[in-house]
Amino acid sequence: MNIFVLGLNHKTADVDVREKLAFSGPKLEEGLLRIKALPEVREAVILSTCNRVEIYANVKDTTKASESIKNFISEFHGINRDALETSLYIHENISAVKHIFRVASSLDSMVVGEPQILGQLKDAFEFALTKKTTGVLLNKLMKKAISVAKRIRTETKIAENAVSISFAAVELAKKIFTDLATKSFMLLGAGEMAELAARHLMSSGVKEVLVANRTYDRGCELAKEFDGRAVRFEEFIHEMVNTDIVICSTGASKYVLMKEQMQHVMKERKHKPVFIIDISVPRNIDPEINHIDNVYLYDVDDLQGVVDINVLERRKEAEKAEKVIAEEIETFQKWQTSLDSVPTVIALRERADAIKKEELDRLLNKLPSLGEKERKDIEYMATAIINKLIHPPTAALKEDTEDKDILIATIKRLYGLNEKEE
Amino acid sequence: MGTIFFELALTFYFAATIISIAELFKGTKTTAKIMLLFVIFGFLLHTVSIIFRYIVGGHLPISSPHEATSFFSWCTVLLFFILEFRYKVGLLGSFIMPLVFVLMLSSSLLPREIKSLSPVLQSYWLGIHTVLAFIGNAAFAMAFGIGIMYLVQEHYVKSKHPSGLFQRLPSLQSLDEINYRLITIGFPLLTLAIITGALWAESAWGSYWRWDPREVWSLITWLIYAIVLHARLMAGWRGKRAAILSIIGFLTILIAFFGIKLLRKGLHVFL
Repeated sequence: MNIFVLGLNHKTADVDVREKLAFSGPKLEEGLLRIKALPEVREAVILSTCNRVEIYANVKDTTKASESIKNFISEFHGINRDALETSLYIHENISAVKHIFRVASSLDSMVVGEPQILGQLKDAFEFALTKKTTGVLLNKLMKKAISVAKRIRTETKIAENAVSISFAAVELAKKIFTDLATKSFMLLGAGEMAELAARHLMSSGVKEVLVANRTYDRGCELAKEFDGRAVRFEEFIHEMVNTDIVICSTGASKYVLMKEQMQHVMKERKHKPVFIIDISVPRNIDPEINHIDNVYLYDVDDLQGVVDINVLERRKEAEKAEKVIAEEIETFQKWQTSLDSVPTVIALRERADAIKKEELDRLLNKLPSLGEKERKDIEYMATAIINKLIHPPTAALKEDTEDKDILIATIKRLYGLNEKEE
Repeated sequence: MGTIFFELALTFYFAATIISIAELFKGTKTTAKIMLLFVIFGFLLHTVSIIFRYIVGGHLPISSPHEATSFFSWCTVLLFFILEFRYKVGLLGSFIMPLVFVLMLSSSLLPREIKSLSPVLQSYWLGIHTVLAFIGNAAFAMAFGIGIMYLVQEHYVKSKHPSGLFQRLPSLQSLDEINYRLITIGFPLLTLAIITGALWAESAWGSYWRWDPREVWSLITWLIYAIVLHARLMAGWRGKRAAILSIIGFLTILIAFFGIKLLRKGLHVFL
């Protein structure tokens, strides 16, 4: 029994490679069943997301398994073996357990602490369960990985602070306004970054969306996309009177909104707070505006500053998380070794019983004149001898020692218990 | 007897204050719960001590500086519970409990003997006037705490360095709205307190208004909060300005409350 991980992620493979190797839609089921059907593989789970493709397996021999899984992938996805080789990583046993725990806890993610990966892992595991491609070992491992991830989520603050510019903007908006669903929002200009931030904001639910763009037609298109209302660019300052959140990215070379204009807007809107996010480079909004009461202006650098603080926080928390993982690996290993010794104990007992039976039969055939009582006594003696002989190794196997795998190997060798291939 | 309950209440408030301050540095759900539990125990003991004084004295125990300060704290804690359960304002205790404790501590340092009430004060106006005034003041005390919270949170947002308490403090909008709500509760109560006070003065001394220092300071306080409300409704003075004004307003109340007591002049010497 060997835990085995073979995969690639955003660090080892470009997006075009990841795309090619993704197990999406019907490919997932076919791939999973075919990997499970490989002779070296006993159990399998496939995790396939935009940032990683990983195969978790319980295999008999890691070298052979890695060969046949690689061959399978290259054939299944129609990709050259050599091209595959450079992007793949392989983890075995402890290192594999650690890897899976780190993936589940989002320590291996592009954005450390992002919450999606745990759900994706759960889905992958549940899918494997319905396809019956897992057994005792992977079931335990996956459940453990999920519980480790949950423990880390509650014991550390790894997922607490936003670490992307657009999420940071949403987080700030939520600390300025109580309920975004009652706020209206204006997209000024149509830069790509602004659109992304707008989408994040929209997914937290805003009341109304306005789009003001220099080319009115493009503005209309965007407004349609956001289910909002397009306004003429020249009118945006007027519209700001009723807008609580503005994301600006116009690509203008000078400020489109000056302090005096904003002061006027604030007076008009009775100083209700406004959150302005200026994503444009060069900036489109007079930075002096931030000095007006109840106006909160953030530019890209400001948001990046917030993100940097949060990333630093998360890094500290990630260190705590690594400690939790080290602890959990230990408990998992304890469970695993206890599992390992059971077949050896059984094999030892069976071996001894077989020898006893063989020798007894031979002896009793030679001595047909023996009475029932004598036969019983001889049998009893034979049983006592083998029991006494196998008791110390059995007891040693049941003990919880650090070098158990060596002990198991030694006992197998001494008693000639090498497992027949299943 | 009453004294023991008072001391116990003070001790519980003290413990709650220590926990509430510690919460600013490292808070969990458990510490917040323990803090609240201490406040609840303190409040129950506090209530018992007030009832005890009421039974012994035969009148509402708000007629000596010790009693008045104690009752003021009691009202503040009561409002704290209401806000805590109604709005679930994060970290509210850390900004209110120190104030409650300081009030209770100053109350404990004032002479505690139960005096019989001078005939001039024996009137139902005592209850109406003082209870209105103290609940109003308690609302202003809460507005003061919320105002400080607003300034702290606004500093995080404006300085573009949201760290520390940023995550745990409520949004600026909620703080501003709660502040406004508290002042709209406190202001009518204060107004009624001044009116009932004038009526009482008329029945006790024969004139509605005598420009005694307490009356003057009450008027100043009333004007400040009138400005807060007026500026908010007419000129949109919200957020930071409203927060600062509600802090100034409460400081005026404290001056009126303790400053005049120290001077010991005027008709309100008994308070």
